[in-house]
Amino acid sequence: MTKTDTSNPDYFHKVVDCQWACPAHTPVPAYIRLIAQGRYGDAYLLNRDSNVFPGILGRVCDRPCEPACRRSRIDEEPVAICRLKRVAADHREDITDRLPKKPAKTNGKRVALIGAGPASLTVANDLAPLGYECTIFEKLSAPGGLMRSNIPAFRLPESVLAEEIGYILDMGVELKLDSPVSSMKALLDDGWDAVFVGTGAPKGKDLNIPGREEGAANIHIGIDWLESVAFDHTDKIGESVLIIGVGNTAMDCCRTSLRLGAKNVKVMARKPRNFFKASEWELEDAEEENVDIVVNHSPKAFVTKDGKLAGMVFEIFEYDVDAAGEITGQRVIGEETIPCTDVILAIGQENAFPWIEADAGIEFDKWHVPKVDEATFQSTRDGVFFGGDSAFGPKNIIWAVEHGHQAAISIHRYCQGLDLTNRAPREIELQSAKMGMFEWRYANAFDASERREMEHVALVDRFKRLNIEVELGFNAEQIAVEVQRCLNCDVQTVFDAPLCEECDACIDICPVECLSITPGAEDEAVLRASLTQPEAPDGQSLYVSAPLPLTGRVMIKDENVCLHCGLCAERCPTSAWDMKEGVIHIPHADDQEVRQEALA
Amino acid sequence: MTSFVKPKIRRKNEPLNDLGLARSDYDGAMSTLCAGCGHDSVTAALARAYFELSMDPKDVVKVSGIGCSSKTTTYFLRDAHGANTVHGRMPSFATGAAAVNGALSYVGVSGDGDSLSIGIGQMAHAIRRNVNMLYMLENNGVYGLTKGQFSASSDIGSTAKKGAANTLPPIDPAIFALSVGATFVARSFSGDRDQLVSIIKAGIKHRGFALIDVISPCVSFNDHKGSTKSYAHTYQYYHKAVHADYVPPSEEIVTSYEEGDVMPVELHDGGIIKLRKLDADYDPTDRAGAMDHLLRSQATSEILTGLLYIDESRPDMVEHKKLTDTPLHSIPYAKLNPGAEALRKVQEEFR
Repeated sequence: MTKTDTSNPDYFHKVVDCQWACPAHTPVPAYIRLIAQGRYGDAYLLNRDSNVFPGILGRVCDRPCEPACRRSRIDEEPVAICRLKRVAADHREDITDRLPKKPAKTNGKRVALIGAGPASLTVANDLAPLGYECTIFEKLSAPGGLMRSNIPAFRLPESVLAEEIGYILDMGVELKLDSPVSSMKALLDDGWDAVFVGTGAPKGKDLNIPGREEGAANIHIGIDWLESVAFDHTDKIGESVLIIGVGNTAMDCCRTSLRLGAKNVKVMARKPRNFFKASEWELEDAEEENVDIVVNHSPKAFVTKDGKLAGMVFEIFEYDVDAAGEITGQRVIGEETIPCTDVILAIGQENAFPWIEADAGIEFDKWHVPKVDEATFQSTRDGVFFGGDSAFGPKNIIWAVEHGHQAAISIHRYCQGLDLTNRAPREIELQSAKMGMFEWRYANAFDASERREMEHVALVDRFKRLNIEVELGFNAEQIAVEVQRCLNCDVQTVFDAPLCEECDACIDICPVECLSITPGAEDEAVLRASLTQPEAPDGQSLYVSAPLPLTGRVMIKDENVCLHCGLCAERCPTSAWDMKEGVIHIPHADDQEVRQEALA
Repeated sequence: MTSFVKPKIRRKNEPLNDLGLARSDYDGAMSTLCAGCGHDSVTAALARAYFELSMDPKDVVKVSGIGCSSKTTTYFLRDAHGANTVHGRMPSFATGAAAVNGALSYVGVSGDGDSLSIGIGQMAHAIRRNVNMLYMLENNGVYGLTKGQFSASSDIGSTAKKGAANTLPPIDPAIFALSVGATFVARSFSGDRDQLVSIIKAGIKHRGFALIDVISPCVSFNDHKGSTKSYAHTYQYYHKAVHADYVPPSEEIVTSYEEGDVMPVELHDGGIIKLRKLDADYDPTDRAGAMDHLLRSQATSEILTGLLYIDESRPDMVEHKKLTDTPLHSIPYAKLNPGAEALRKVQEEFR
């Protein structure tokens, strides 16, 4: 194995597990350090650069960063990254004068954005300050897409939504509400320079089993029902409600039901708990509200009485699970009828484009999903782009944001006559974090504290209104502890082989024993054998130095277990190890080169 | 001085030994030695050896004298017994302790000053008595704690930091120990973790006095060009003569030894030290031959390392002096002190 090539920005980026896992590559450790310094506004803006909606995502993000967090290698629980994001948003000072501005004059390019969800809003956020005239068409009477219609107000307050959407609209973006686009061809005929489709996955899946038609009045499609609640068209539900499905939409449905008068709510799952799609924390929140989650029940039929829904029949399943946790066999072992007044179906959703004509030049595959380039987000028709759930099916808000960023780059390049694929590359800037003897620009001392628990509004109070936000946010003490749990993985361990004199000081001081000096070898497994914990999960790198000057052996470091505590660098007598803060630059639309004639 | 501590972190999937302890359970207090000091590597090797042998830290006694090296007993096995004693007097302390409680495992840590100058008489007699202990001599050829004077192990021609050359002949601890009847003589280097750990394990399990002379560079006062005990010089002249692996009694020996390749030495605990000769003409059971090799290597500056000599046949102090194996604290007082009448009878025998 030859010396690790760290010139590729992805190498050190990958070490920052949270940032690497975040679709929008939010620089998590950097903003947590800002929070630690009380610089909430700076932390908010740093977040906003990547994820556009820190206040919203600080409450309802799917948090792909947290399962990835390096902290979980040594602790039961990761850093409460999402909660800290909310801290930055909640405690920020007025930052409105530091947001991108509406330009003095536009560049004359007109971009139509369909659907006012996170994807379209992100495109507008990136393009409007560059001079593009962005117009968003929204079929509903308020913007936000699923963030407004599907996420209940007790998880995401309306004011937070309105404020962060407002920042974007204030950049000179035109929002046309109650304006569904009914014909793509007609829209294209209006001569837009580019069109972006961010209409989400608006079609909730139905369950066509016996009794469906007869009980229709009390059988609801989850996302449609949530939307109807969000827009005040529905304000009550029956006493006992069954939710079919156990994803995050199901969690929102069951908790909303409790707030609309349901006394007895059951979430019906077809499989055992470890196969649930819902995030663990959403399950916990629902269970805290006494929602009953019933496993191994598969819907068989709706039961109706006198033309009205009266219950549901389920088949009870038994599963064989192998050592790897995969289901290898299943069988029906019984049947159960559960009475209910209402059923809410939360079994998935899909995208649907009844308004895109077959001859609009936009090709769909056999599942009626548009053919979209995974890098440029352009459809088969030049100048028409897709993003968010409408591009590749249901994901989450943070993915929609990233799609928006990428589509904005493509639209910008397209409108400037530049090649869509030759995009600005990622870059990394490394700067020593050393300030003096045993002094670093980051709090490197390991803090053994456990994850802080979010406090909730008391159960007796929270059901009084639909829009009482349940989570209270971290208090000052919780913030002070939680920020120090972050391991600062973006402060990279960088090794300069010619300076090393092989004294082993770094190896001895490392609290997780992730270093070794060993003869060079072709095979990574041979090198790893000299580590005290040689095995590593897939995708984790081994950092291999150039041959050392005295013996020609190599220094190796297991990036999997390193905690970035900096003790190797503190202990190194020759400064062969240094801690360098790595700022990873993820290019957006405003980082693309501009043709000279466009400037003129 | 260091201003930080090494945190104790339990990571998932961390390897544990037979006692269920992690390697970090064998650490001690944070070292206050200079960053890069060879002694810290020796400390780490000791901790690893005890961990790999699955020895309970509470069954170990750490003793030392005075000096940088002698400070290091604080830096490993925080749960072991131990004492910092008087300069050069650690061997006497260890001798006394081993005499009254043979059930514990003793490790003395000393340096070239503590052992070869002020304490050479003490060390010589501990070797002669074959006290059952591991004796680590952290050898850096310099008085580091007093800022860089030559020690008794400095080679002729080796220079001090400002350039003055040493003109007095060195004491080679390995040759010296062989000359006074040592039963286990090894040499290693703080920079060769693998060799050092396996030799330490063999030394702990050897019944009798096990001397390990460890070249352990002083990064502050003897790591310059012109020094013969720097990292660079040691790596350059390093030569492995005999490799030693300790195999515990529980492990069934299934490998067959090829003649002249691997030589098994059976220990008193039923374990085995497998000696692998890296020099074909070197015999680690031949005292005169070992001394001859060591004297010749002095002339060529070659640093001969490995388990240089072993003799399991000689009795240790407890056996030789017919002392009891039972720790004195476990013997009833009436038996320990049978009274004036018994004393009178003994005295009567000598009249």
